[in-house]
Amino acid sequence: MAEIVLDKVTKRYPDGALAVSDVDITIADGEFIILVGPSGCGKSTTLNMIAGLEDITDGELRIDGQRVNERAPKDRDIAMVFQSYALYPHMSVRENMAFPLRLAHVDKETINRKVEDAARILDLGQHLDRKPGNLSGGQRQRVAMGRAIVRDPKAFLMDEPLSNLDAKLRVQMRTSVAKLQRRLGTTTVYVTHDQTEAMTLGDRVVVMRGGLVQQIGSPQALYDQPVNLFVAGFIGSPSMNFLPATLADGQLNTPLGAVPLTDRIRRLAEAAKAPREVIVGLRPEHFEDAELLDDTERARGVTFTATVEVLESMGSDKFAYFLVEGETATSAELDTLAAETGSTEMTDSGPQIVTRLSAASAAHEGAELDVWFDPDKLHLFDPGDGRTLTHVK
Amino acid sequence: MATSQSGAKARWALIDVVVLVYALVPVLWIVSLSFKTKETLADKNFIPREWTWQNYADIFTTNQFLRALLNSVGIAVIATLIAVVLGTMAAYAIARLDFPGKRVLVGVSLLIAMFPQVSLVTPLFEMERSLGLFDTWPGLILPYITFALPLAIYTLSAFFREIPWELEKAAKMDGATPAQAFRRVIAPLAAPGVFTTAILVFIFCWNDFLFAISLTSTTSSRTVPAALSFFQGSSQFEDPTGTVSAAAVVITVPIILFVLFFQRRIVAGLTSGAVKG
Ligand SMILES: Nc1ncnc2c1ncn2[C@@H]1O[C@H](COP(=O)(O)OP(=O)(O)O)[C@@H](O)[C@H]1O
Ligand SMILES: [Mg+2]
Repeated sequence: MAEIVLDKVTKRYPDGALAVSDVDITIADGEFIILVGPSGCGKSTTLNMIAGLEDITDGELRIDGQRVNERAPKDRDIAMVFQSYALYPHMSVRENMAFPLRLAHVDKETINRKVEDAARILDLGQHLDRKPGNLSGGQRQRVAMGRAIVRDPKAFLMDEPLSNLDAKLRVQMRTSVAKLQRRLGTTTVYVTHDQTEAMTLGDRVVVMRGGLVQQIGSPQALYDQPVNLFVAGFIGSPSMNFLPATLADGQLNTPLGAVPLTDRIRRLAEAAKAPREVIVGLRPEHFEDAELLDDTERARGVTFTATVEVLESMGSDKFAYFLVEGETATSAELDTLAAETGSTEMTDSGPQIVTRLSAASAAHEGAELDVWFDPDKLHLFDPGDGRTLTHVK
Repeated sequence: MATSQSGAKARWALIDVVVLVYALVPVLWIVSLSFKTKETLADKNFIPREWTWQNYADIFTTNQFLRALLNSVGIAVIATLIAVVLGTMAAYAIARLDFPGKRVLVGVSLLIAMFPQVSLVTPLFEMERSLGLFDTWPGLILPYITFALPLAIYTLSAFFREIPWELEKAAKMDGATPAQAFRRVIAPLAAPGVFTTAILVFIFCWNDFLFAISLTSTTSSRTVPAALSFFQGSSQFEDPTGTVSAAAVVITVPIILFVLFFQRRIVAGLTSGAVKG
């Protein structure tokens, strides 16, 4: 059990690459914290610095209040689960899990007991005498977890531990990892590039981009109050819709038509000194099929009409995709987001809107639909630097 | 479908048999010659009509062959040991580290491997004579190491590149010192590569004739391949073919033993299962 503090931690690789820059994170004892961000944003580097596998160029790493920058990994009492699992192929499952205990000169009986315990928790009992080469991906993953938990370390570090599993197993293992962490109550730092994993697993999530921390907060806080376009676009699936807009006369002129500013939004935008040109962000679930709403609710929001391009019925909801006339939102931030998350759904004909409608909606592919949204739920961003203009203090 | 598959199987079996026969007939012929009596030596029979151990008895009663065998074993083992140890260190550095001059090192070792050995015989002969190395064990061990090293470095670095180095990190996280990580995780995984290389280098040294014949002059350092050629003129045997064959069979045995002994250690794909699926 341990509190881990990263104090202005910076990593510059010998080739000059600045991988992590000025990262400040305080990880509470027993907390499950997620580092998330697109590939190459410095997550693994950060984790390896906590582990002691990479030197810290600048700043301080403290575990339980003690500076550990100079300590070798073995003296930090931290266990790690690697993306590749890194099991010792010449040792059986039992020997793999016993390895850290044998290095610590634990007596044979205790080793046996702890390995059996871990095997029971991870459902590996009948595989103890097999070699890793003969195990399935999921079993290997569990052996890697087992090797980490047997010695009761101060903290667990996990670097994309589930990314080599197939989708179904990944969801399954996600739940077991969460349960295991809760059961053991050990401080855990978990790295992933998958925002769903980040949202579902962590007590708190750290969103990183290009070696910089963008935002730290609970999954809900990141979702409700993203501090910039990057976090807004990265968190949530399907991602937030972005539209260019001009702010004038107490209303927003958007490709969806004029949208009145609610009092709340107006106050926030004024406090943030919003420029004239802004980017509007709307989450897919804040839209609804106008037919399904009563008049008072309809009057409260904004309704526009558009043709359904694609309709995906999930049973519980319907995802309707619209193309709207007008400009696509442009911002350097959005460009990097698209490049880094690899979304290539750039259309020339205008911005695409994704909406999540009730299953009861009568939307049809190719047909026009009246779509309603709640203007109080929208986010405003500065196209210049991507910062939010609707941040609640 | 089934017939075309069994047809393919039959074709492969045929090809295998042809290759095996092609490779083994000369060997078996020598074995056969080594068991023939002097009278039946030239009878052109594949299977000896009269079996005899006399040829084997003969070579082991002369000092010449035993001394050559001792030279061969001693020189090949020492050269192999040194070449493998040096090669392991060099290959480890090439596979693991980025250091200035790495490409030059690789290039130079490639150059040595391509260098025609024949063209070095005369200069080596002169040099060893003036250095007093001519007709000594080191006189053969040194050039063997030189020419075995590129072979060792290439094979070993190919093996080393296969080792997932994340295992070393994992061992460190599990509480191992760098020495423990090497001894308990990396060394066991590198072993098959080291043994394979040792076999290749040993065979190279064991089989060499060119240096052995040019850089020796007496039985004090003459190895078996060179000594064999001296059986010919020896007055002790009227027709040396039988004894030469017996000697050839005898010197093949250590190689077969060597390979069989290490074969179990060269388990292909030992590292499978370390990473991913
Ligand atoms: N050993 C290294 N030497 C130089 N640059 C590196 C090294 N490892 C990673 N980097 C660079 O540091 C950045 C962050 O890498 P990494 O932490 O692995 O990202 P992530 O795990 O988020 O995908 C990348 O731009 C990568 O190219
Ligand atoms: Mg990574």
